[in-house]
Amino acid sequence: MHTKSLTELAADLASGAVSSTELTQAYLDRIAALDSRYNSFITTTPEIALAQAKAADEARAAGQAGAYTGLPIAHKDLFCTEGVRTSCGSKMLDNFESPYDATVVAKFKAAGAVMLGKTNMDEFAMGSSNESSFYGASRNPWDTDRVPGGSSGGSAAAVAARLTPAATGSDTGGSIRQPAALCGITGIKPTYGRVSRYGMVAYASSLDQGGPMAQSAEDCALMLNVMAGFDKMDSTSSQRDIEDYSAKLNESISGLRIGVPKEYMSDDLDPQIAERVQAGIKELEKLGASVREISLPRTRMSIPAYYIIAPAEASSNLSRFDGVRYGHRCENPEDLMDLYTRTRKEGFGAEVKRRIMVGTYALCAGYYDAYYNKAQQIRRLIQQDFLAAFNEVDLILGPTTPHPAFKIGAKNNDPVSMYMEDIFTLSLNLAGLPGMSVPCGTVEGLPVGMQLIGNYFDEARLLNVAHQFQQVTDWHKQTPAGI
Amino acid sequence: MSLDRSDVERIAYLARLAIDEQDIPQYTENLSSILQLVDEMQAIDTTGVEPLAHPLDGEQRLRADEVSEMNQREQLQSVAPATEEGLFLVPKVIE
Amino acid sequence: MEWETVIGLEIHVQLSTQTKIFSGASTAFGAEPNTQACAVDLALPGTLPVFNENAQRMAIMFGLAINAEIGKRAVFERKNYFYPDLPKGYQTTQLEKPVVGEGYVDITTDEGSRRVRIHHAHLEEDAGKSLHEDFHGMSGIDLNRAGTPLIEIVSEPDMRTSKEAAEYARKIHAIVTTLGICDGNMAEGSMRCDCNVSIRPKGQEEYGTRTELKNINSFRFIERAIDTEVARQIDLIEDGGKVVQETRLYDPDRNETRSMRSKEDANDYRYFPCPDLLPVVVDDDYVEAIRATLPELPDARRERFISEYNLSDYDAGVLSAYRPQADYYEAVVAASKDAKLAANWVMGELAKNLNANDTDIKQSPVSAEQLGGLLKRIKDNTISGNIAKKVFEHMWSDGGTADEIIEAKGLKQVTDTGAIEKVIDEVIANSTPQVEQYKAAEPDKRGKMIGFFMGQVMKATGGKANPGAVTGLLKKKLDALCD
Repeated sequence: MHTKSLTELAADLASGAVSSTELTQAYLDRIAALDSRYNSFITTTPEIALAQAKAADEARAAGQAGAYTGLPIAHKDLFCTEGVRTSCGSKMLDNFESPYDATVVAKFKAAGAVMLGKTNMDEFAMGSSNESSFYGASRNPWDTDRVPGGSSGGSAAAVAARLTPAATGSDTGGSIRQPAALCGITGIKPTYGRVSRYGMVAYASSLDQGGPMAQSAEDCALMLNVMAGFDKMDSTSSQRDIEDYSAKLNESISGLRIGVPKEYMSDDLDPQIAERVQAGIKELEKLGASVREISLPRTRMSIPAYYIIAPAEASSNLSRFDGVRYGHRCENPEDLMDLYTRTRKEGFGAEVKRRIMVGTYALCAGYYDAYYNKAQQIRRLIQQDFLAAFNEVDLILGPTTPHPAFKIGAKNNDPVSMYMEDIFTLSLNLAGLPGMSVPCGTVEGLPVGMQLIGNYFDEARLLNVAHQFQQVTDWHKQTPAGI
Repeated sequence: MSLDRSDVERIAYLARLAIDEQDIPQYTENLSSILQLVDEMQAIDTTGVEPLAHPLDGEQRLRADEVSEMNQREQLQSVAPATEEGLFLVPKVIE
Repeated sequence: MEWETVIGLEIHVQLSTQTKIFSGASTAFGAEPNTQACAVDLALPGTLPVFNENAQRMAIMFGLAINAEIGKRAVFERKNYFYPDLPKGYQTTQLEKPVVGEGYVDITTDEGSRRVRIHHAHLEEDAGKSLHEDFHGMSGIDLNRAGTPLIEIVSEPDMRTSKEAAEYARKIHAIVTTLGICDGNMAEGSMRCDCNVSIRPKGQEEYGTRTELKNINSFRFIERAIDTEVARQIDLIEDGGKVVQETRLYDPDRNETRSMRSKEDANDYRYFPCPDLLPVVVDDDYVEAIRATLPELPDARRERFISEYNLSDYDAGVLSAYRPQADYYEAVVAASKDAKLAANWVMGELAKNLNANDTDIKQSPVSAEQLGGLLKRIKDNTISGNIAKKVFEHMWSDGGTADEIIEAKGLKQVTDTGAIEKVIDEVIANSTPQVEQYKAAEPDKRGKMIGFFMGQVMKATGGKANPGAVTGLLKKKLDALCD
């Protein structure tokens, strides 16, 4: 059962082949038996899950089941869940049971979802390997000596190991797409503003977006239908109407114009990854798409721009963690300064501290123009590159990551080298565009992903293209040995 | 851009982070290399380019001035480290 | 050495909205600690701000009232610093692009008139409060006030005397209370003034170093604080010292200013546009719609009081300064049809009682209609002015209309000349020694002696005789005896 997709499980529930309670118990058992290998969950919520499953079964019996009723979900541990620990992978919030639900969580609840637990992540979403979590590294089910990617590493690993068919993630610089690629699953970062950020603990407010991580585009569409939509509690939430993201999955992609940026397929790219991506492109051409080379000249600039803007916003967003109203507090603070400095020293890990400091520095008087302002200007140039490209093509395609999963510990002393892993994903967050990662092969047994980039609010098209690709390939159905 | 020790100390102070003496060199090195990375931005000419603060060209929505949040003190303070008589406690604040 | 004083004021005005600037919690005064601090106000992880329409409207009203440019695209920024009454670790405020641009108010003191330019006014959120009560060595923080909307009004350093500064503050007070955007209760902190004070040799263009006198909440204290600070600065410089740029607190008990323990040296606030809020855009239609709702402003009202009611400059100024009082006054005029009499009573008897009982005119136990009714009875000679005061006292403590009280207490004035004459005759008959004195006195000295007989007649009539009628008749009768 555990290898079934969300869509298949939904069908089984609808037909009565399985009850939500049975389904839920099966996943809970699986997590209990296997997660010590992957450390993909920080908190499991069996009591809540079974209560929700029971309610879902009753709703179904009363003829009131919706599309997601009774289906399991795991939430990345930065989505606030009422009464349940919401740690953000940090000691700072290890003792924090949120008094309220994030909008995304509330939407899944209202849709009848069954919450299996909260998944592991890089601390406060800052990282690309899940190694900075207070709860220890999460391990890639394809090779447990390797990282699952980050920051939504736990969600990716849990889905890859089929401990849950679906999980929510968040993406600020690639944190859904990169782990999806490294773990061989499908994930989509929606257009900025498409999914509410209320209750999703902020890392970089102008870049963060929550999104689905699952086994296929079809499953992601099902999840996005629950997650997307205007939220009055979030001023940056888009008021644009949502659509049924499942409705266009089966449309033909004949005539689709795809652009492949030459900056993405440069000589620096690992040739084996390049090969897989080219193979993916061929499949899309066979389905009727036309492919041409385009240019996104400022691609490389996305790294410095991102690593100023994100830390700057984060340095401010994380100031609220001061030991006064919630979360970790140092023992016996001598005075106010001691309360703040010792609480934050004890509560935050090294990467978070680094980024807070970079961000603080970038906003200081005298440096603001050269750093923060300059980065925001480059951001506009990057956006302009994309807009120009979308005048000629409908969709942009390339590799999701420059390398497959690296070994745990390999990049520990070199934060900058870690940052380079994000080269293909960062620019979308800066521009606010939607992007997906779709499994397109393996390199030495490790999955690699193909990134699809769409124009603003073009999620339905991305899902359509991905779905068509997944009808003629089966990379997305592959699981690590023994799963 | 290279930082020195005093820069790191000042930034840590502004951010209210206590850094152990022995960790300062490592932080200084890490931060310097990050800042060297971002110095690459200076090579790009951005004269006349409007900064992009928000990806979407939106305008702030206004909320009606009606009370929608009632007293939730008990629930919200249930996660607080130190409270008394409904107040959050902190080491003495001297004005 | 002749010194010139240079003064600028920064005034914080609490807007009288129902809810906070960025959350739906109530702003009502006097609630139990932290019962009006919701998740957003407490800066729980994941919470986000949503902007209060009424705060925007009130800010624009103020801008129109001071003839200012309205910022068509205002931007909220974050001012970053750590303090326990600041839950997010930053204050959301406006810096480069405030809602209200350059404006002015005109003030008049006995030294003359001056136009005080206002640099700008911006919206920001108020912080919470730290209570000075000791909780075993700790301070208690109440966040009810956190998030209350403020406008900060920043003047140019155009004022030259402490009187001008106090008058400017009064003018601002009159404007914001008249507009109904602030309740004007300075004791409760609805309006707080910071005074920037410097001195320079007369004729010098360059400004001297200024000090900031913080959080002064009465007009009287503004004058006194500035006076003592100016004296201090003069003494300091004439003794060879230098004024240090610093923040000082005014101690009204000692009538001196004291340097505040500096919160931080070189605090870098690292302002940047708040990424959780979008630019606030207003168009001309919106602004004009607000302009159409503006009530009559204090200056216009004062002019009208002078021209329509023939009041003196002074009386018109006093009555128009505080809108609830101006409204009350005009209601009394409408009921009594006597503007001068109404002015005397509102500024006299009513004000006396309100002050003695620390009551705001909005809570006056005597309504404008009641007072108007009373004044009508003075005008139509039913009662004398003195008796009216007695009636007013009864109204104040027991309520009732003038007619009811006059009837119940039998206070009708005696105007019947026949009755008065009878009483006069009796008094004369019983006051032989005083009559002899009167007859013996020089004619031009007799006027002063009438007082005794008046007193007797009033006593005999229980104060109810019409004094005017009594005086005339008394003189006639006494003079007749002198022939």
